[in-house]
Amino acid sequence: MSTRAALRPRRSRAEARAGLAFVAPALGLIVLFFVVPVVAGFLLAATDFDIYGIGDFSTARFVGPGNLAALLHDPVFWKALANTFYFVLVGGPLSVAVSLAAAMLLNARLVRLKGFFRTVYFAPVVTTMVAVAVVWRYLYHPRFGLLNQILALFGLPDVNWLGDPRWAMPAIILMAVWKNFGYNMIIFVAGLQSIPTTLYEAARVDGAGPWQQFRRITVPALRPMLMFVGIITMIGYFQIFTEPYVLTGGTGGPLNATLSLVMYMYKQGFRWWNIGFAAAVALVLFVIILVGTLIQMRLQRERQ
Amino acid sequence: MRKLVPALALHLVLAIGAVATLLPFAWMVSASLMHRGEASKWPPSFLPSRATLENYRELFERLDLGRCFLNSAFVAVVSTALALFIVSLAGYAFAKLRFPGRSKIFKALLTAMVIPAQVAMLPLFLLLRTMGLVNTYWGVIIPSLAPVFGIFMVRQYALSIPDELLDAARVDGAGEFLIYRRIVFPLLRPILVTFGVFSFMGAWNDFMWPLIVLTDDRKYTLPVALANLIGEHAQDIELMTAGSVLTVLPVLLLFLVLQRTYVEGITLGGIKE
Repeated sequence: MSTRAALRPRRSRAEARAGLAFVAPALGLIVLFFVVPVVAGFLLAATDFDIYGIGDFSTARFVGPGNLAALLHDPVFWKALANTFYFVLVGGPLSVAVSLAAAMLLNARLVRLKGFFRTVYFAPVVTTMVAVAVVWRYLYHPRFGLLNQILALFGLPDVNWLGDPRWAMPAIILMAVWKNFGYNMIIFVAGLQSIPTTLYEAARVDGAGPWQQFRRITVPALRPMLMFVGIITMIGYFQIFTEPYVLTGGTGGPLNATLSLVMYMYKQGFRWWNIGFAAAVALVLFVIILVGTLIQMRLQRERQ
Repeated sequence: MRKLVPALALHLVLAIGAVATLLPFAWMVSASLMHRGEASKWPPSFLPSRATLENYRELFERLDLGRCFLNSAFVAVVSTALALFIVSLAGYAFAKLRFPGRSKIFKALLTAMVIPAQVAMLPLFLLLRTMGLVNTYWGVIIPSLAPVFGIFMVRQYALSIPDELLDAARVDGAGEFLIYRRIVFPLLRPILVTFGVFSFMGAWNDFMWPLIVLTDDRKYTLPVALANLIGEHAQDIELMTAGSVLTVLPVLLLFLVLQRTYVEGITLGGIKE
């Protein structure tokens, strides 16, 4: 203890220097390749930066809220916004519900081979989205696709999954749920394991049925996890890009039925080089994600 | 005996779920082994009449996907190796070394995680263009070298390193970098393996950023090459599924080998894909 105290003044200066040196590479990279671009993104969104700007930055002019005004009058933007909300509001809760159901099944005391089922359910999570979407594109084929063959087994009519504007988004949601549910399932399993079984036994003695046990014990115990899972799922789903890109060959079709906000940003910015306009789309996405996160945090706090 | 029926029902539901989860993979492998045109015959069959490797041969020989495989491997290995070094240094410093502004900077980093990467993409592209990094592997790698979730993961783990251990080394006259290299780095190994798996898979599976940065198809990573290929070869189901197998196989194998580490990483919390 005495040597420690004696060393302190000299040590703390060396320590501070080392600390700053150790975080410097990370902070330098984050500032240069994230913070600066984010700030520049805000500025870019207020300019008419386009293909000429790429050659010569000085051709870009300040247009203030011009891009935002143009966005609000752009029916394709509204379509992309509506599609994205459709995906988040239907696909998000569905993903979380499937994850929770799978976790509860896996956690049941009677179940054998838990490790095997967990591995299987988790496998889609680690796989490459593009490769998986290529496969699903064929599973959704109206004539040869496995999905319609399965529907036919049950006497159900064929669905033109990716060709019919009404079915294209459900098709993307179905694939996304299949791909992602294993991730949140793992988080829920960890949460379920931390609930003492004595709680359920006591509830059963008091005559509580399965539904009541779920509502009165499971859900309250999982609340912090539900919030965490809800927020990360929402943030991820608002950024949907690869799924519609690959399933629709980069078009967002049919009739823009699967065009997402990020896809629209990509097309505007990197295909047509309307960079200022695309930056405004990205900004809208940021505001939506921020507001969505704050709402979820508020909702969870109120319930507690 | 009373538990037999619910146990059977539970396993039945789980088994149906497992079949539904595995079916797309099973069909992918099966179709990749079919002769050209076999997957789009009527009536469709699930298994190849006679398995063939001709699709894989064509991928490597005519479409040069082996090159894209190496591109992907290079990008994933290099970005993971560099990120491991950068993230372990920063995570350790945020946990164990006192320096001015430490907690403020750390909080700012965590808050910045709500900003979606897309906000930075357009300016980042212009920045990399002026640096001459568009259409290079470094343009793909550089933006992902200091992921905040990785710094957070390492920091949480490093908090448990006892101060006495570090102080004892200091009393012995060890410099701070030596302490990091000889004491801290080995102690962090479990969390670094977890982070490394996340980082490798993230880089291997990434699509949007490589799609933006890479313009020359000889430099494409596998996902970009695959998404590009389906434009011309959408009808060649057998060929495209073979490409999918090639893309998915390395990450799936890595997961099967290191799944415990990977799954533990998720339950540590705070991890964003």
